[in-house]
Amino acid sequence: MFKISTAPHFQTTDDTRHIMQDVIIALMPAAFTAILFFGLNALLVILTSVAGCVLFEYLACRYWLKTSNTTTDLSAVVTGLLLAYNLPSSMPLWMTLVGCFVSIIIAKACYGGLGKNIFNPALVGRVFLFISFPVQMTTWPKPELGNIFELDAQTGATTLGILKHLDGSTSATSLQGDLPEYWEMFFGNIGGCLGEVSALALLLGVIYLIWKKVITWHIPFYYVATVFLITSIMWLITGKQSYDPITHILSGGLLLGAFFMATDYTTSPMNKKGQIIFAVGCGVLTVIIRLWSAYPEGVSFAILIMNAFVPLIDKYVTPRLYGSRR
Amino acid sequence: MEYTILLSILVLGVTAFISAVVLYLVSRKFAIPEEEKVSQIEEVLPQANCGGCGKAGCHDFAITCAHADAKTFSKLHCPVGGNEVMKKVAKILGFKPTVKEATVSVLRCNGTCQNAPAKIQYDGIFSCRVANKVSCGQTGCPTGCLRLGDCVKVCQFGALSIDKKTGIPVIDEDKCTSCGACVRTCPRQLFEIRNKSPKGNMVYVACRNTQKGAIARKNCKAACIACLKCNKINPDIKVENNLSYIPNTVSADDYGQELAQSCPTGAIIFTHCGDKKHD
Amino acid sequence: MTKLKTFPLGGIHPDKYKITTDSPIIDAGLPEIVYIPVKQHIGSPAKILVSKGDKVKVGTLLADADGIVSADVHSSVSGEVIKVESIEGEFGYLEDMITIKVEGDDFEPSIDRSTDINREIELSKEEIIAKIREAGIVGMGGAGYPTPVKTSIPENKKVDTLILNGIECEPFLTADDRLMVEKAEQIVIGAKIINKILGIQNAIIAIDENKPHAIETLSKITKTYVGVNVQVCATKYPQGGEKQLITAITGREVPSRKLPIDVGCIVQNVGTVFAVYEAVMKNKPLFERIVTLSGDACLHPANYRVRVGTPASFLIDKSGGITEKVSKVIFGGPMMGTAAFNINAPITKITSGILLLSEELSHKTEPQDCIRCGKCVEACPMGLQPYLIGRNVRNEKFSELAACHVLDCIECGCCAYTCPVHLPLLDYCKIAKSELKKK
Repeated sequence: MFKISTAPHFQTTDDTRHIMQDVIIALMPAAFTAILFFGLNALLVILTSVAGCVLFEYLACRYWLKTSNTTTDLSAVVTGLLLAYNLPSSMPLWMTLVGCFVSIIIAKACYGGLGKNIFNPALVGRVFLFISFPVQMTTWPKPELGNIFELDAQTGATTLGILKHLDGSTSATSLQGDLPEYWEMFFGNIGGCLGEVSALALLLGVIYLIWKKVITWHIPFYYVATVFLITSIMWLITGKQSYDPITHILSGGLLLGAFFMATDYTTSPMNKKGQIIFAVGCGVLTVIIRLWSAYPEGVSFAILIMNAFVPLIDKYVTPRLYGSRR
Repeated sequence: MEYTILLSILVLGVTAFISAVVLYLVSRKFAIPEEEKVSQIEEVLPQANCGGCGKAGCHDFAITCAHADAKTFSKLHCPVGGNEVMKKVAKILGFKPTVKEATVSVLRCNGTCQNAPAKIQYDGIFSCRVANKVSCGQTGCPTGCLRLGDCVKVCQFGALSIDKKTGIPVIDEDKCTSCGACVRTCPRQLFEIRNKSPKGNMVYVACRNTQKGAIARKNCKAACIACLKCNKINPDIKVENNLSYIPNTVSADDYGQELAQSCPTGAIIFTHCGDKKHD
Repeated sequence: MTKLKTFPLGGIHPDKYKITTDSPIIDAGLPEIVYIPVKQHIGSPAKILVSKGDKVKVGTLLADADGIVSADVHSSVSGEVIKVESIEGEFGYLEDMITIKVEGDDFEPSIDRSTDINREIELSKEEIIAKIREAGIVGMGGAGYPTPVKTSIPENKKVDTLILNGIECEPFLTADDRLMVEKAEQIVIGAKIINKILGIQNAIIAIDENKPHAIETLSKITKTYVGVNVQVCATKYPQGGEKQLITAITGREVPSRKLPIDVGCIVQNVGTVFAVYEAVMKNKPLFERIVTLSGDACLHPANYRVRVGTPASFLIDKSGGITEKVSKVIFGGPMMGTAAFNINAPITKITSGILLLSEELSHKTEPQDCIRCGKCVEACPMGLQPYLIGRNVRNEKFSELAACHVLDCIECGCCAYTCPVHLPLLDYCKIAKSELKKK
């Protein structure tokens, strides 16, 4: 018996699972550096987070949304990885699970599941933890290369924390330590969240994603470029070290956010023009929060705030219609 | 300290009072004057907003009723509420209620999986509208039911469902309000609102195929082949374009049984008091 | 190397599967019975002139154009008319067809059957248009718009460019490709003929870069013809779309609900141009065309020269028949063609291919929820937002569709092709269009 159907009779072999697989592959270098610098603790946090997210996703699908099981599309794994990358390696595991709950149940399932959430689930989880458990969320173990089994590592400050204090009049060096060198930031030998420390690992990941055509270069580029532009203008005007553009780009969660969080399909605009506006908005907000607010880091808040604008951007920024040019 | 508390109470109190006054004035100023009758009628209407009466919704219908005179009112009818509701509306307006015969929607196709086996598999979006454009459907009958249930989706009253055995929709006569949503939706115009006889019977031709008998029968055993047998029983039944149509004037009570039995293919369906059976 | 021309908005790169690029055109031969539909074009069906029992020859007029937007239909075989009635077409709906039983292969004497190439265009503009009309030529790329109507320029419009569409961007199809290789000079002369009608001097043959043989052959020949040039374009679907091709070649954009003529362009498929050459130079009406028989479930893919009205099943049998693997038979290309209900349906003037596709290639995956990836927006060559159209259709918000510019949709299927959750976006667009047209 033949089949009949509407055109096209030919479809891409791509699907959500493939896309998520590619994202997971792209996130692997960062996991590797995290374990390299923060030891088995990092691995534990990552595994807990991924397992927690998958579990909550399964429970939500099974008992609440009553939809088909969407854990197989691996989107929960990506959320879990991203959440873990936003936590310090010393994070108590039960708190990680709380983060998973918030990410999957509150930020995703409440809206109806994959594709319907307004805010990036991993970021909602992170911000929830950050506000609920500020002490644990800002205890940064010092990276110790290769010292995998050392569980009681020393703690230190993040680059941005040091920058924040540089800005103040108190002597930074006595309390916080020196600013790391650029190469240290590039390879990841700095304090910070699990996944955000190594610029190199994240860069490898994003190049893979762009090569696989999972994302386009627009959001990462415009986001980073905006931050670079504003901080360099500030730097040139004031000459203060706290505005050093390269430090700003290499430190904190900027690259992780720009490469993997802001590019999340569901919570970013649908067309190029909208994406550029979104990315520039993220960049501006990040710089404002970093330089002039009480928090040293602003990537999560910036992306979440811009997420809220996405429906508006999608409504008013539409692609150019064919035939509108004469 | 006390001064501060007093001050805040005062400020809030005054603000609240001023706002209340403003709200009151604004609501008076912009109030939409509504006739009492309209709101009274609206209360008795079913509020299904189905558009079955031909108006944009229950509110629109209520306005039309309120403005109608005795003559135009007799033409207005709410199919969902039926005679009950129209009696109440008539009482509000002081008119004499007109009693309409009970109606129900019927499917003029008997192309069940058994009568018209699928020749091809439809592999696409579940929408009759789309399938109608792509091909004549799984059965090969260009006028038959496509079995994809657009009608089920539009029925607000849950009166339609696809019978898993036969593949075609069945109508729950108790739930059907003859609002006509299915009539408007079906891309092949297979639904018809028909009168029930006083005894609650119906007789109709469940086929819309205008192909020649032999061709139509190739695709569906239950196709009308225009054999004219029904026409001999009652000459009011017209057979045109290789297709018979039983008008509402042919009494189902008197002729129904006979017509259904005379039809050689089973295209004529006689239903009795709600026990509707296809096949 | 300079950047190849292409259209700027959207587009996709489906796998090409051009397996028959190097297979020369084979004559399909004569079937026992042909079914010739009287409507093989856009517009009103032609009026039938013959009746049961009439003897016809190859090229005999069977049905006469009814009105301006219509086309003559000629017999493609010689024999006896055995039926003039409605027969199941490719969709299973009844269509008016003339059924002819084939007896011998007699041509009308007026047809010049020699293989020489006539190069001199001696006829006047009016005579040429009359010949094209008499030959029943329609756009052979798929739309089937009568050619005489398309080439008649209204008084107030001006045309400066003739574009020959040799893009054939659909996967699998190679009919135009082979025609350009084997009948290159005829196509160029055809272009000169149409140029004469339009009263202009230049014609551009657009070919995409995945047809090296055609590019080579035509580039060589166009050197001796002033005004006819080959333009190589980058390979991208749907470059063969009229509007996309105009933008690719000239950079002009056809405004919404306007015709190519409004931006001074006329686009003709190379198959049509070849038919124009044959009609004008050889007095040959349009009764045969090149058809690609291909598909991943086809045993012997090939390019055939087929008489109009030949049942598709005749060709399929020639290529190894229907095997277990075949799950869909497509008339046309896989992106825009139609899945056939009835494989005995005839090949018409606008059928460019018959494809036998396997279940693996053509199956439709169960759609999931939209993940807002934006790939459909990126792929749409018209700058529409298919996800939004789909959402409005699903939620029955038909009032909001007008703002989505759905009527500009060219139904190329890029959105549905590229969707990773396999939403039937093209179907939604079609529903939206029909809803809008209802109002």
